[in-house]
Amino acid sequence: MTDTVKEEQKTTHDDPSAVSRRWMLLKLGVLINAAVGVAVAVPVVRYLLGPIKRKGAYNSWISLGAIDQFPVGETRLATYENPYNHPWDGETAKTACWVRHIDASKFQVFAVNCAHLGCPVRWFPQSGLFMCPCHGGVYYADGSRASGPPERGMFEYQYKVAGNQLHISAGQMPTLATEARSVLPVLNNSKGYGPCTG
Amino acid sequence: MHWLRQVYNWLELRLQLQAPVEDAMLHPVPRNTASWWYVFGSAAFTLLMLQIVTGILLAIVYVPSGAHAWDSLNMLNHELPLGWFLRAMHGWGSNFMVAVVLIHMAQVFSFGAYKFPRELTWIVGVFLLLMTLGMAFTGQVLRFDQDSYWGLGIGASILSRVPLVGGPLVDLMLGGPIIAGATLSRFFALHVFVIPGILLVFVAMHVWMVLKLGINEWPMPGRPVKRATYLAEYHKLSHEDGFPFVPGAFWKDLIFSGAVLAAVAVCAAVLGPYGPSGTPDPSIIQTVPKPDFFFLWIYAILAYLPPSLETPFILIAPIVGIAILLALPFYAGEGEKSWHRRPVAILTLALVAVSFGVFTHLATFTPWSPVMDAWSSDTVPTKFLHNLSPVERQGAVIFQAKQCRNCHALGGVGGERGPALDDVATRLTEDQLIRQVLQGGGNMPAYGKNLSPPEVTALVKFLTTLHPPNQVPATNAAGPATAQLEPTSSQTDAAKQ
Repeated sequence: MTDTVKEEQKTTHDDPSAVSRRWMLLKLGVLINAAVGVAVAVPVVRYLLGPIKRKGAYNSWISLGAIDQFPVGETRLATYENPYNHPWDGETAKTACWVRHIDASKFQVFAVNCAHLGCPVRWFPQSGLFMCPCHGGVYYADGSRASGPPERGMFEYQYKVAGNQLHISAGQMPTLATEARSVLPVLNNSKGYGPCTG
Repeated sequence: MHWLRQVYNWLELRLQLQAPVEDAMLHPVPRNTASWWYVFGSAAFTLLMLQIVTGILLAIVYVPSGAHAWDSLNMLNHELPLGWFLRAMHGWGSNFMVAVVLIHMAQVFSFGAYKFPRELTWIVGVFLLLMTLGMAFTGQVLRFDQDSYWGLGIGASILSRVPLVGGPLVDLMLGGPIIAGATLSRFFALHVFVIPGILLVFVAMHVWMVLKLGINEWPMPGRPVKRATYLAEYHKLSHEDGFPFVPGAFWKDLIFSGAVLAAVAVCAAVLGPYGPSGTPDPSIIQTVPKPDFFFLWIYAILAYLPPSLETPFILIAPIVGIAILLALPFYAGEGEKSWHRRPVAILTLALVAVSFGVFTHLATFTPWSPVMDAWSSDTVPTKFLHNLSPVERQGAVIFQAKQCRNCHALGGVGGERGPALDDVATRLTEDQLIRQVLQGGGNMPAYGKNLSPPEVTALVKFLTTLHPPNQVPATNAAGPATAQLEPTSSQTDAAKQ
């Protein structure tokens, strides 16, 4: 069978104008495919970039529960369901944070994620330190850096007390790029953000 | 057997594979390449096939959903017959594959096989290494447990350090604002479709070039590669002092591949599957996340980098490293292949191997991390408590209660973040100890706010007792020199002995 094909190829002699016309048509075919390909692929880039949102767009105000769960002078772990979630997220939709109740209506709410590489830091009330199990980052009770590889203090969520409830603005994993804060108008207090009494 | 021949002929007439397969099998190779040193490439290929087969078998059960992945892994481990064994084969196969690929690369490097005309084979090989590591990392993610969850957190935190586009990159990696179901789905697609697809194309290119360019001859000192003459020399060598690849060299490949497969099976049967560890519940923070074996060295480097260097280093070093690997065949495309004439290359390889080993070893016991439960689980050894005054004993209690033990070992037990304190009193005077406790420094937090003055006094009194019986405690050199002149009773005892 192959021999006959080879014979065929050998004996076919086209005149040059027919050959150049075929090449032209081939180029046209490539061009059409390229055009359709680009037209289809470019919108798909938007599909791929779908998860990217403006800074803070994933955040919303969520309740951590009644403030009397958080005794004054103590730091407690709180868990909330991430406001942006899907049914197939399972347990991973949960997020934990450290709530420090300083006095009456003054709080600090820290992300559990270490500012170094995001591992979960643990609070040690006896020594008043947060310690990270991964690379040994340590923070003081107010979240400022004590020692180890982190180059800054812990990530802090914006919070407000509404009625009897403690709310935080959260929704996105805090990292050095996003931190924990949303880009909502910042209210004025000693730290530059904090309790919204309204 | 007549019918078998007929079937073969029927197929061959249509497929026409006999000629190219014979070409590939019987092409002449230099006799000296039939060495046990040349078996690692084919072993890596065999392991890739094993990973594909076991991977498909796992994929028919595994559920790539954030809510169910962990349960489906446990189902594989505990309910399906031999499900645990397939998971173990895939997990150990992955370890063996990374190891064999690294050994293959080290061998190719020391034999100078990346030189002309095999530059592109090396470059494709570098990408194959990167994709093998990519498979290892994404595979660890699919084992959707606590280590996987926090490992993703580390990955996202590294990406977030990229200037300007860090935030969008994190969103893209996670498939949303947090590590969740969407993250697992995209890592599943990467592990099962994207990376293996590219990997297979690159493997085909790699093997094609090995067949076309021939196996690298055994390097001989004083026989440098020259672009002008190499091809003719190699042709002469393989035809005059060569034999067909099959069976001359191939039998060793086959035996080694079989041995490697057997080793994977033995490891899988004896040591079992990897995890899954705890459920990927981010609200369970009592966890000490750790990456799989072949990423431990990175974990160690990330602990040792000074904060100011961290971001530039972790963003630039990998690019520089890969660029060096890719540039190697262009920089050293000609010249000596033999390790006898390439001292710098061999020393570099040794340095890289030793560094890899040291960092990996360190990451197995993480001396940079506090031991989170040392304060509550490891008691102060009684030898440090003999003949102590009440206030000193109270200091020992404070030493434990304030978690000092998490970073400081006593009697060889406890954290290694800070120095062991068995003989701290010989290094620091009482005043220096007070200063160190209150103000911290040198990587120690300041405890001034968390200790009352009586607690500081008791703690430091205890610390001043921590010196060997025959060694005097440190004294203030600027103070009166009496302590130097009057030896303590314990010191005279020691002198008598």
